[in-house]
Amino acid sequence: MSAALLRCEDVINLLRAAARRIDRESARLSELDAACGDGDHGVSMARGFAAVDAALRGARFESPAAVFQAAGEALVGSAGGAIGPLLGTLFIEASRALEGAGPAGEASARGVDTRALAAAFRAGAAGVCRRGGARAGDKTLVDALLPAVVALEEAAAHGLDPAAALRDAATAARAGASHTATMVARQGRARYLGERALGHEDAGANSIAVIFEAFSDARGAPGSDRQ
Amino acid sequence: MKKLINATDRICEEMVEGFVAAYGRRFDLRRLEGMTVVVKNTIPAGRVAVVTGGGSGHEPLFLKAVGPGMADAAVTGEIFTSPPPAPIVAAVRAVERGAGAFIIHGNYAGDNMNFELAAEELQRQGVPTYTLRVWDDVASAPADRREERRGMTADIFMIKLAGALAERRASLRDMVPVMERAREGCRTIGVALSSATVPATGRPTFTIGDDEMEIGIGMHGEPGVGRTRLAPADEVAEEMISRIVADLPFRRGDRVAMIVNSMGATTLMELFLVTRKAHKVLARGGIEVHDTRVGPLFTCQEMAGCMITLMRLDDQLVELYDSPADSPDFIFTRGTPVPPAADPTGGSR
Repeated sequence: MSAALLRCEDVINLLRAAARRIDRESARLSELDAACGDGDHGVSMARGFAAVDAALRGARFESPAAVFQAAGEALVGSAGGAIGPLLGTLFIEASRALEGAGPAGEASARGVDTRALAAAFRAGAAGVCRRGGARAGDKTLVDALLPAVVALEEAAAHGLDPAAALRDAATAARAGASHTATMVARQGRARYLGERALGHEDAGANSIAVIFEAFSDARGAPGSDRQ
Repeated sequence: MKKLINATDRICEEMVEGFVAAYGRRFDLRRLEGMTVVVKNTIPAGRVAVVTGGGSGHEPLFLKAVGPGMADAAVTGEIFTSPPPAPIVAAVRAVERGAGAFIIHGNYAGDNMNFELAAEELQRQGVPTYTLRVWDDVASAPADRREERRGMTADIFMIKLAGALAERRASLRDMVPVMERAREGCRTIGVALSSATVPATGRPTFTIGDDEMEIGIGMHGEPGVGRTRLAPADEVAEEMISRIVADLPFRRGDRVAMIVNSMGATTLMELFLVTRKAHKVLARGGIEVHDTRVGPLFTCQEMAGCMITLMRLDDQLVELYDSPADSPDFIFTRGTPVPPAADPTGGSR
């Protein structure tokens, strides 16, 4: 695993892999949501990522930024609920950051390096927090997303390639999602449960973990790093 | 789960088709092609458009709020899921006639974000909008953090008053202070006896014992104040009214409009028992009930339980409230209220 850049088709593959994984795990995500919400999180996620898959399948894009933009718009346009705008904002803000990158690393039509990827997801996470008003510790998807972003930034600082960086991000996101079981919700419908939410992991945080795990596995899969 | 459906992912679309088949002609409505959006066909130029919406599964809201003197468009999402921005933008564009749109939705994270994105897009397109978030539920946050409270049955009152203001050709700017004043005078609490089942999951959203009730239930089955033993209708009504009255607080001499709403499965028979006691408790407190609406008006699938909403009225709000309106489920006429079929008791004047 040595490719230093995520190219356009790599980003498409990552997002389509996430779509397949979300579809597979949709029932489990709904079950997590049933503990604290109305139990349809997996359905919304599957609807959103089916739209992502449809937008990316067979389409041609000029740059990785354009791929993230298309994925974000598909999510905003299809998922509804809170998750559509939040995940949509993540990818749309990431796209904007890539377009304006430069000093943060290499992000061009050719591809995205680890530093630019980390900067993009940092911007995406900031957008999510702005749009949803959630902060770390509120028992939301932010509690998986922020650790993943930190892992990407550390990977960039250590000069790791995108595949290794995404592996670390997946591990961090999963740990973050697990940690939400110890939190009392301060955002979203789970907040009405108060301490009754303790012991239950946040469904949105799990979705973030699933997405980064799919990214990681897609990059690690044989043949996925053909030059 | 035992529901009359075809495929879970087609319910909302098919429901809107059926709704328009039933009411499209009489109420001059149509569906926006490819969307779960219902709009009025005829809207006078220069009048503010009133648009409402939210997740499906709460019928008759939001669809049945569209009609003369009420909403001009209803945008619905998947069940218990806010619609995305695109259909909201499309609904506003379809009914807006140069005076902007007054948008009403419940205060939920998903609705807030999607309606906010839609308003941002409409602003880019040069369409002025004002969005009112409804936050009448006393069980979801303390009174000093009202903007964190959930939107409940007061949606209906807000749609009614906004429709009346729009019919009087109030400008968007002039509507805002009246609507905000009306919203600040609304308080609701809900009680659940059984759970709802979201079709997509096929399982009850929560479990509750045969001898239990949940006080402070949300519009989607979210928990509220807590569990207690199921009590007689009189006790439940007294508890609900006293929590609402203490929260604003409503005072002796206040005039109110009231909704006694079924969450879905609770019968009119039971609702009238609750209504009877609610009227007695309010009379004891010297609070005059101008009008009462009783029935399944804003539901949570087949959940058993009820909600009570009070809205404090003043002379201007009474006039707006009593002005004519006619939608498939919300009929208002001037003067002596002639309530819809589901409301044979009328007010208590």
